[in-house]
Order: sequence, then structure tokens, then C-alpha cells
Amino acid sequence: MLEVVSGRGNMGSEVLIEGQNLTKKYDDFAAVDKIDFQVYKGECCGFLGPNGAGKTTTIKMIHCVLPLASGTLTVAGMNVSEKPREIKSMIGVAPQESNLDPDFTVMQNLLVYARYFDIPKDDAFKCAEELLKFLQLEEKRDVIIDQLSTGMKRRLILARALINQPQILLLDEPTTGLDPQARHLIWDRIRSLRKQGVTIILTTHYMDEAAELCDRTLIMDNGKIIEEGVPTELIKKHVGEEVLELDYDDKVMRTLKDRFPEARLEVVSDRIRVFTTQPHGVFASFLEDFPTKGAAVRNANLEDVFLKLTGRKLRE
Amino acid sequence: MKTENRTARSFRIPELTYRVWKVWRRDFDVFMKTYKVNFFPPLLEPIFYLVALGFGLGIFVQSIEGYSYIKFIAPALVSISIMYSSFFECTYGSFVRMYFQKTFDAIITTPISIEEVIAGELLWGATRSLISATIVSAVVAAFGLISSPLYLLIPIIAFSAGLMFSAIAMCFTSLAPNIDFFNYPGFLFITPMFLLSGTFFPLTSLPQFMQILARAVLPLTHVVNLTRGLMFGNLEPTLLLSLVWIGVVTVVFFLLSINQMKKKLIK
Repeated sequence: MLEVVSGRGNMGSEVLIEGQNLTKKYDDFAAVDKIDFQVYKGECCGFLGPNGAGKTTTIKMIHCVLPLASGTLTVAGMNVSEKPREIKSMIGVAPQESNLDPDFTVMQNLLVYARYFDIPKDDAFKCAEELLKFLQLEEKRDVIIDQLSTGMKRRLILARALINQPQILLLDEPTTGLDPQARHLIWDRIRSLRKQGVTIILTTHYMDEAAELCDRTLIMDNGKIIEEGVPTELIKKHVGEEVLELDYDDKVMRTLKDRFPEARLEVVSDRIRVFTTQPHGVFASFLEDFPTKGAAVRNANLEDVFLKLTGRKLRE
Repeated sequence: MKTENRTARSFRIPELTYRVWKVWRRDFDVFMKTYKVNFFPPLLEPIFYLVALGFGLGIFVQSIEGYSYIKFIAPALVSISIMYSSFFECTYGSFVRMYFQKTFDAIITTPISIEEVIAGELLWGATRSLISATIVSAVVAAFGLISSPLYLLIPIIAFSAGLMFSAIAMCFTSLAPNIDFFNYPGFLFITPMFLLSGTFFPLTSLPQFMQILARAVLPLTHVVNLTRGLMFGNLEPTLLLSLVWIGVVTVVFFLLSINQMKKKLIK
């Protein structure tokens, strides 16, 4: 028990969401294939994976809109098949695609949505005003949805997901298609929500986003969870600390193999990438001995881990 | 064995709560945002029909069952407005909300279930019929074409028949792969009903087998029968038959449409 707590640093040890042997099938195709996972109270947990990996399907099962094929899934101790209304009332969902009501203004979108949760009108209004402030949308209060930019729509979707003051927030690709300014605003708000104790599950294709926000990530591929852990630890485990990149050349390749026999060499479009478990600085001393034009040493990142585990083949 | 299991699981009587009205209320709020545009067609359309068919064509038509032509078609106009408003609301309207606006997806992430969303849509379709029929009845009354106070019951008939047309429409929506699909029920179901349900000439003018067919499968026949009976104050036993026909068809299609839509949306 103690081990479990220390393993995850400062996060709580209470399991809030738990899937066991969770499966979702379409005919014979398993979109989610017997996965086991836990999400702990108060953490920000990232679901990563190529398109079609099963992330969105898993999320939809958590908020009770997709029935399970088999296995069990509980949220706050409640079974999703038995208590969908109770679970849905404690979750906020920001979907990938905008499903805001185009006939309504920004404010009306929040109020109509609040009504679905049985929130009294006055409370809903107060909460909506606060959320508009929180997401810098006060000036757009009475604007019809069509006239909002993509970034504003995403912020409004996040505001709408918070209208029921959820304990759990599900964010499906919250920053896809946004400019850096809008992206950073959303990141900042996600961090602040996490600080307030909201448990967050997020899917993303941006590895920098996952590394930035997530306490823990689960990497999915072909309906299975293939790896999970703290981003920095995953990087260390799978790709080491640094990566050397240089232009392809047979001679260079031989030298590298001599010098780093244990290293993983990857050649993609005339660039060689060298991954090693050796400590910081080995590449610098290699370049001192063999000065190579166009060579660069950079820190290993989550994208290296992702590509190593899920491959470079295009999906879809 | 496996398929048996699945059908047993998929067809069921939906559990509906008060939340149905929240979906209804959303549609109502949107309707009221553009109420000026929404109230005009049911106000103007019957006037065009009454002038063109009643005064224009009516001069050449002898009285039918003892009524002038304009009086004969007045209940038909009310019935047609009942049919059109709910049928189009729950085909094109619901399809746009479901497919283009993803409104249903947004609602089912709240404590409201998909069954309640569809039921709310059906009730809203019925309400559209009630609103249209009430306006059309008022226009018809203004033309002095009503001879019985029983016509005050028309809103109730409008809501019930509206619910029936909504449920039938929603079944088409559950089958629709795209929005153009609705041309088929439009031409093959709505247009024949518009013309052949005892609307603009008495059903008895049709060949015997077509009369039977119209009474058996064209819902509008029964709606026209009811509105005509109420507006003229002819309480015949056939009215009861029409009422039962509508009741049974409504229940069947109400349950069927909710189940079919659930199957379409939750996979």
C-alpha cells in the first residue's frame, strides 16, 4: 500500500475510475480490447495513441454513452451500466467536435446546458458568469455561436463542461486546431482546475501537451494499453536522456555502431537518430571525436517514446 | 442464439422521466427565438388555399355531403397542417439536430438518456402540430367555416395526431443515411396522403379498394375524419374508430421510433 502511494508522488491513492477487462466490440473488431486501468483522484491522466487506438471509445464508456461489450467499469465506485445518471451528473465532457447549439448565444448555451443537469436558474446564471470570466469569454456573452472563432468555441465547450461543477473532467483533444495563444490559455486553465482538485482525463495527439499537463499517461494502440507511467520516467525507460541526430552516411553509420553497440539506430528520411541508455554527455564527447556536419544533440521526449512504441506506420 | 440475445436486449419499453421536457424545452426555446418566421406560414398558407381552392375552384364544384366546397376543405387544411408540421419537424428538423449540430450527442453527456432525447423530440413535433393547427383553425373560423363548438377540441386532436406523425417521421429518420433520403417518404407517403385522404374530395369518390387502402394505411384519412366531424358537429361512430386507429398507431410507432433511434445512435 505504501509503495503504491510513494510510486505516484504527491497524488492521492484513491482510485476514482477503474476499468477491468474492459472491452468494446463492433462485430468482430475490438475497438477496446480487454484493458485494465485506474485513474486516481486528483490526477491528470493522459490517454495517448494513434487514431483508432480506442481512446475516444474508452472515454465514451466512462461517461456512459457507449455500452460495454464485456468487463467492468466503475466511476466513484458506481458501475457505469447501473448508475449512468449519477455518474454523468458528476462528469464534465468536452468532446472533440463542437456540438454547441448554433441557434443560441454563448450565455444561452451555458444556461440551456445547465437545465439538463437540473441546476436552478439563478445558480446556473451565476456559475455561467464565473465560467465566462474564467475562460475570457465575457465579451462574447450575447454572441451567436456561428460568429465565434475556433478558439472561442473550444473555450466555450470547456466552460460548458464545467457548468455542473464536475469532479471529473473528460477532455477529448482539447487543443486540436488551435493557435499557440489559445492553446496556452487552455493549458493554463486545465492546470488551475487540476489544482482545485478536479480529476482530469485527457486525450491528445500532441506529445508536448501530454508531457506538459499529465501526471501520468497511458499509451494505447489497437485497442490495448501498451504502456503507462509518468512521462519523464517513460522517456528515461524507453529512449534515455538524449538523442543524437545526424545526416545519413554509410561511414557515419559504421562508426556509430562501433561506438554505441547497444544503441538503437533509427533511419528516417536520410536522418539517423541514435537512442542510448548511456548517461548525459556521451553524444557530446562523440561529436568531439568525430565532428559531423549537421549533427545535433537534443533531449529525449515523449514523442520519441510514442513513435518507438506505436511505430511510424500511418493509421487510418 | 447471439442475435436472439441482441434483439431481446435492444427492444424495450423506454424508461422516461420528467427530463423529456427539458429536451422539449430546448426545442421550444429555439422556436421562440424565431417565432415571427415560425408563425407566418400556418397563418398565410390556409388563406391561400381557401382563396384559391375555396373561392376560385369552389365555384365550379357542387356541394359535397351538403357542404359548400370551401367548407368541405377547411378541416382538411387543419389536418394537413398537423401532418406537415410534425412530419417535417421530426425528419428534417431532428436529422439536422442529430447529424449536423450533434445536439443529441451534447445532451446525452448530461443525466438525460437517449430515449428521453427522442421522446422529447416527438413531443416537440406534436407541439408543432398543435401550434399550427390552432392557428389554421383560427383562420378557418375567421372565414366563418366552422359550425360546431366541438372544434375547440381540435388542439387535442392536433397534439395526438401530431405525436403519431412525429413517431412515424422519426422511424424514417432512424433509417436515413443522409438528409436527401427524406425525399422518398415525402413523395411516396406525404404527397399521396395530402391528395388521397378525403382531403379535397370525399373518400367515396375513389374506387372501393383505394378507399379501403386509404383507411387502412393513410393516417391522414383518420385525422381528416376527426377534424371534419368536430368542425361540423357530426358525431358519428367512425370518429371513435379513427381515434382508436390513431391511438394504436401512435403507441406502436412511439416505441418503435425510440428503439430504432437508440439502435442507430448508440453502437
